[in-house]
Amino acid sequence: MEVQLHLIDYIIMVIYFVFVLGIGWFLRKYMKDAKQFLEAGRSLPAWVTGLAFISTNLGALEVMGMTGSGAKYGMLTTHFYWIGAIPAMVFLAIFMMRFYYGSKARSVPEFLKLRFDEKTRALNAILFAVMTIMASGISMYALALLMEKVLGWNFNVSLWLSAAIVLAYTYLGGLSSAIYNEVLQFFIILIGLLPIVILALMEVGGWSGLKEGLAPIATQKGFAPDTLTTTWKYTSDANANPMGVKWYGIFAGLGFVLSFGYWCTNFLIVQRAMAAESTIAARKTPLIGAIPKMFIPFLIIVPGIIALVLINNPGSGFSIMENGKPNYDLTIIMLLKHYLPAGVLGVGITALLASFMSGMAGNVSAFNTVWTYDIYQSYIRPSTNDAAGDARHYLRVGRLATIFGVLVSIAAAYLAGLFGNIMDFLQTIFSMINAPLFAVIFLGMFWKRSTANGAFAGLLGGFLVALTHHGLTAPAGATTLVKGGWLSLIHTYPVEMAQNFWTAIYACSASTLLTVSISLVTRRTKTDEELKGLVYSLTPKISEKNIPWLKRTNTLALLVLIIFVILSILFW
Amino acid sequence: MLDIKIPIGLMFFVFGVILTIYGFISRNDAEMYQKSFSHNVNLWMGGLMLVFGAVMLLLVKRRKPKT
Repeated sequence: MEVQLHLIDYIIMVIYFVFVLGIGWFLRKYMKDAKQFLEAGRSLPAWVTGLAFISTNLGALEVMGMTGSGAKYGMLTTHFYWIGAIPAMVFLAIFMMRFYYGSKARSVPEFLKLRFDEKTRALNAILFAVMTIMASGISMYALALLMEKVLGWNFNVSLWLSAAIVLAYTYLGGLSSAIYNEVLQFFIILIGLLPIVILALMEVGGWSGLKEGLAPIATQKGFAPDTLTTTWKYTSDANANPMGVKWYGIFAGLGFVLSFGYWCTNFLIVQRAMAAESTIAARKTPLIGAIPKMFIPFLIIVPGIIALVLINNPGSGFSIMENGKPNYDLTIIMLLKHYLPAGVLGVGITALLASFMSGMAGNVSAFNTVWTYDIYQSYIRPSTNDAAGDARHYLRVGRLATIFGVLVSIAAAYLAGLFGNIMDFLQTIFSMINAPLFAVIFLGMFWKRSTANGAFAGLLGGFLVALTHHGLTAPAGATTLVKGGWLSLIHTYPVEMAQNFWTAIYACSASTLLTVSISLVTRRTKTDEELKGLVYSLTPKISEKNIPWLKRTNTLALLVLIIFVILSILFW
Repeated sequence: MLDIKIPIGLMFFVFGVILTIYGFISRNDAEMYQKSFSHNVNLWMGGLMLVFGAVMLLLVKRRKPKT
């Protein structure tokens, strides 16, 4: 399964690295204080933050995983990009972004501090910092392993080298450098993967040929012939589709709880919008990101679905078998190998490396901000009277945090290699902070009666409920306790995804219930005046009347929703 | 600050030049392009990148007189 690279492929890769580092080098002279370094000076245009917004989510594990899911579940995978992203992104843009941006909070934990209190911030900041670094380490491990397996590169060399490049450009240019590179990476991912989509569609005879090719495969699995090329059609019964979930599970679990938890409250994502130059640019950020987001499935999921046809056709010479078992994570790289001659192959491999770097740089740049502002400045060394001195001091701390973050990621990567199961388990656990966090922030923004103690209880309680649910349930066929059921097994889900959906649904509901009930019996600690700009009913309505209607946020949001509806109907 | 269109435009322009030349040189290598059903993908993608890079760079130039 090894992929042979030629000199030309390496030349392309090296040129890419030169540009990536060059951007960091060029931006270094602008990094005069912590605000520049950690918040990009809040000066970037909406199209830049918008592309970075989705690019940071387009990490290597995402690309590999989604192509693999395409090969496993077919078009149903697009739910992650349509219902599982677009409504949340529009909601973030229209209703939530003005509070994040307008509050002058520099991070999501800091927003919690402004809206609620210190302990709520501390809980979220610490969980977020640990989760971010761990996610970064796990993805580094996965990438280095893949490079070793497929390209024959030395594991340690690819791990340290890729980490060193990410460190170099984020250390030099901070968040601006991370965001600029994410935009560059977005385009290289787009152009690098484009030829495999075109060639793969040619091979199977276009969309209609693909449908024909998939029909026998679906029937063989016991589904209707068009199950793998439709999205909602076979979701009225969990057993009628390969994902094993019903429409309301997709709707509530993925479309509401998981996606709102991820897109609306994950600082990694929200930070991109916070770096925008104005409130309107910040509000447009998720919407500008949403447009390419809706079309990314054609770039990474459709090739995966085509791979499924190739896998089932022995004559195609395409295989993702590893030690006698299919390894779906190999799908994308095997497609690159299958279709691309030297030259464009280099661009394709560079695209994979780029996706890895954008994911990692995103983690590192979110980590150093939360560490510097929410942990260091809050508990270790608070600001002094010397504002200019502080700005320089926190810049230094931010830079050190960047080095520290990368080093801990590397350590996490080795731990993932040694104790893979434990790391997976920890990552599952920490991913449980998002759903309750959304409930708490949502109530905080739209219900002025919600109190600090209510929020803290909601955050912690929701997390514990998620943990308990995970401990009591497991996906069918789970062989390790990492997948769940480590307390005692009271329910088995058909697939892991269904378990994830329901974990999030329970966590979000519990968090909402707790926050509301505790808020009703506790006293508010912030006055209406203090909550101005943080709570909907206490903030003057936003007006874009003075902007031509074509340029208004609502117009863009409407456009996004129209495309979303059209795509959903086309691929119903 | 740096206009991001400059590095994007430059990088894709350079990629475009390299791939177009490479595609041109290897145009008779039938075995190499067997994978892509005899389509010279290097030439096509190289051309696309040249155009994309050039458009990005042109967008930068147009902005300049304003400032």
